[in-house]
Amino acid sequence: MSEAKPPIESSPSPAVRVAPSPHLSDAMSTQRMMLDVAIALIPAMIVAVLVFRWYAVVQVGLCVLVCLATEAAVCWLQRKPCSVGDYSALITGLILGLSLPWNAPWYIAVIGSLAAIGLGKAVFGGLGFNLFNPAMVGRAFVMLSFARHLGAPAYRDAGAELEILTQATPLSIAKQLAADLAAGKVGIDQLQVHLQSAQDYWNLATGWINGSLGETSAVALLIGGLYLCWRRVAAWQIPAGIILATLVFVELGYWTGLTLFGPLEHVLAGSLLFGAFFIATDPVTSPLTAKGRFVFGLGIGLTVVVLRLLSGYPEGFMFAVLLMNATVPLINRWTIPRPLGGPPPEKE
Amino acid sequence: MNILTERFPHKKTTFSRGVHPTDCKQLAAETAIEVLPAPPEVRIPLHQHLGAPCKVVVKPRAEVAVGDVLGEAGGFVSAPVHSSISGTTVRLSKVTLPNGRHVGAVPISAADEQPLSGRDLWDDVYGGEWPRDGLDHYAPETIVAAAQSAGLVGLGGAAFPTHVKLVRNEEKPIDTLLLNGCECEPYLTADYRLMVEAPDAVVTGALVAQRAIGASRVIICVEDNKPKAITTLRTAAAGTDVQVRALGTKYPQGGEKQLLSAALKRTVPGGGLPLDVGVVVVNVATAASLARAVVRGKPLTHRIVSVSGAGVREPKNLLAPIGISYRELIDHCGGLRQDAVRIVAGGPMMGFTLGSLDVPVTKGTSGITVLSQAEVRSREQTNCVRCGRCVDVCPMRLVPTRLALAARSGNADLARSYYPMACMECGSCAYACPSGLPLVQLIRLAKVLVH
Repeated sequence: MSEAKPPIESSPSPAVRVAPSPHLSDAMSTQRMMLDVAIALIPAMIVAVLVFRWYAVVQVGLCVLVCLATEAAVCWLQRKPCSVGDYSALITGLILGLSLPWNAPWYIAVIGSLAAIGLGKAVFGGLGFNLFNPAMVGRAFVMLSFARHLGAPAYRDAGAELEILTQATPLSIAKQLAADLAAGKVGIDQLQVHLQSAQDYWNLATGWINGSLGETSAVALLIGGLYLCWRRVAAWQIPAGIILATLVFVELGYWTGLTLFGPLEHVLAGSLLFGAFFIATDPVTSPLTAKGRFVFGLGIGLTVVVLRLLSGYPEGFMFAVLLMNATVPLINRWTIPRPLGGPPPEKE
Repeated sequence: MNILTERFPHKKTTFSRGVHPTDCKQLAAETAIEVLPAPPEVRIPLHQHLGAPCKVVVKPRAEVAVGDVLGEAGGFVSAPVHSSISGTTVRLSKVTLPNGRHVGAVPISAADEQPLSGRDLWDDVYGGEWPRDGLDHYAPETIVAAAQSAGLVGLGGAAFPTHVKLVRNEEKPIDTLLLNGCECEPYLTADYRLMVEAPDAVVTGALVAQRAIGASRVIICVEDNKPKAITTLRTAAAGTDVQVRALGTKYPQGGEKQLLSAALKRTVPGGGLPLDVGVVVVNVATAASLARAVVRGKPLTHRIVSVSGAGVREPKNLLAPIGISYRELIDHCGGLRQDAVRIVAGGPMMGFTLGSLDVPVTKGTSGITVLSQAEVRSREQTNCVRCGRCVDVCPMRLVPTRLALAARSGNADLARSYYPMACMECGSCAYACPSGLPLVQLIRLAKVLVH
């Protein structure tokens, strides 16, 4: 409490504007979200370069370049302001590049990127309107068009100079062994010997295995993924749902003898962690509510397990994501939350 | 009360969801309340509250003293208005309030001599001694009548007539009175200064209101970013039944439904009132003014207004007469800085922007926030990326992005399926939106569609 001073002379009015409330905003913009994904991918990219050397640099670099160029070209064609600056094409390029095998020919990366941005995003109306994850649309396009270069045998090159690249991926090994076992080519007693290299937890954690470029190291993916969840860029319910469903359904499959890998191996091997944290969490193509995201995660996990255990493919993450993407509008409609205290009564 | 709060009484509770904007209260928090000298003219709007407008009862060129009735209540849910200075009335004019409403107003040009000013005025409004004992001789009906004739309305911003809340309802007994001292809007410090400088008025007001509604307990709720207010209130409340509870700071805790959930873990049914679950919520400044109305018989003529933000030279807290123009308050705070870009009536989360400073302070004016370019939300609008951040923060558990979509496409049926009427326009969704969408504005549109 103090005495008032007499008012000072009237002040000149600066230009003030009017706008609807609120007048403040937090620090998280769309650009910043995309940049956070790029930051979170750094550990996985480092491992990719360590394991696959130049192959990783060329493959990812090519995808990023073509994605950015396609984005710019599409904007130019549509007479829209250039949206390369929102970094979403950068993320699409990174994820597509990291999901390809090391020895896919250069045109795979180029065509995949064109399809990702063009078919995956631009035809729907650009960022925010696409139904399916653009990187996965691009990958599915090249996978179906050039099966020879992306199928399980494509990861392996007996003549490669790096020893890792001569081996099959862990999931391929498991799948092949199961087939051989059924055909009687391998005896039960020899099983452990063959499985041992594929089951080495140390290699699965550090990424010292063959596979798609970005998917090999569980530790690198967990570091990046947990960072994304902490920043709330990725909704934790999605990876939680995926991992939970994978553990449960693989356990069921393991009991019934459908797979030689246990639940933990299925989570650590293949693209499950990469996909759970970086692909399925794409905000545009995942549900809006916490409950919806968990359901979405469970659905992906179940589909992955079904594809891995029952289909001819050793891996099924890409198809699982695309399939569940299609259900997102439905999930959103089913999971409209009840307002606090229940819906207000309708006034006539 | 749930088991957690019983076992850990010191654990700070809060509601679920909401946002954490930087509170920026340091700008004006430690500036003591100044008493404004009477301005040369005030304009008293005849419709400052929720409910029916007032009927003017004074003629032009009439002599009026502080506290004289200018407009009578236009119904039960209404509140009379009084002169805040001594002077002569001028012909009825129209003013535009910050919320866009054009209302009649009685201008009064000040007399040369005002009965009270400076310290004396403060002592008359919230300062001085406040009784603790002997409040029993006020019958509940007397208290309600005093609140009604004093023109008391909620001073937190909504300006709902207070006597309506205080009337006893046989079908809906009240067990708890909550005093809302959250002041969760960033920048605003008016309630904080009141709690620090006049805690006795707040406590007496709480006891008076408790007597009116017959509640068995009274809790003053303060967010834990105001430790000094908690201490002064606890000291002032010593020896009475009034409890002071610290809540974990979060926006919008001052919303009635959020406050109930934070302090009592009770949920107000959709479309209902706190009354439906046995609670009445009163703002701390309203309580202090209720004490003034009942104990001192004075109507609501003055209120504390905080003037803050980086766009104003000297942020201050002012005891201002109702009807004084915003321009006088800003001038008293050293004027606007050159980088001021937005003048907000109220706080920056829910306040309305002004295009002109020639707007009178009303009973609901809790503050003026002048934002500079650096502070203001200026994110470029991009497509919704459906990230769901608006859903994660909405304290009413709505899906703001879908409501916005429905509003944009003009689809009333779609809008209806996402319950727009449950939205209280707190602004958490737009605050958190990374695409810079005007979600609150679009939801207002959805409300119009549904109607």
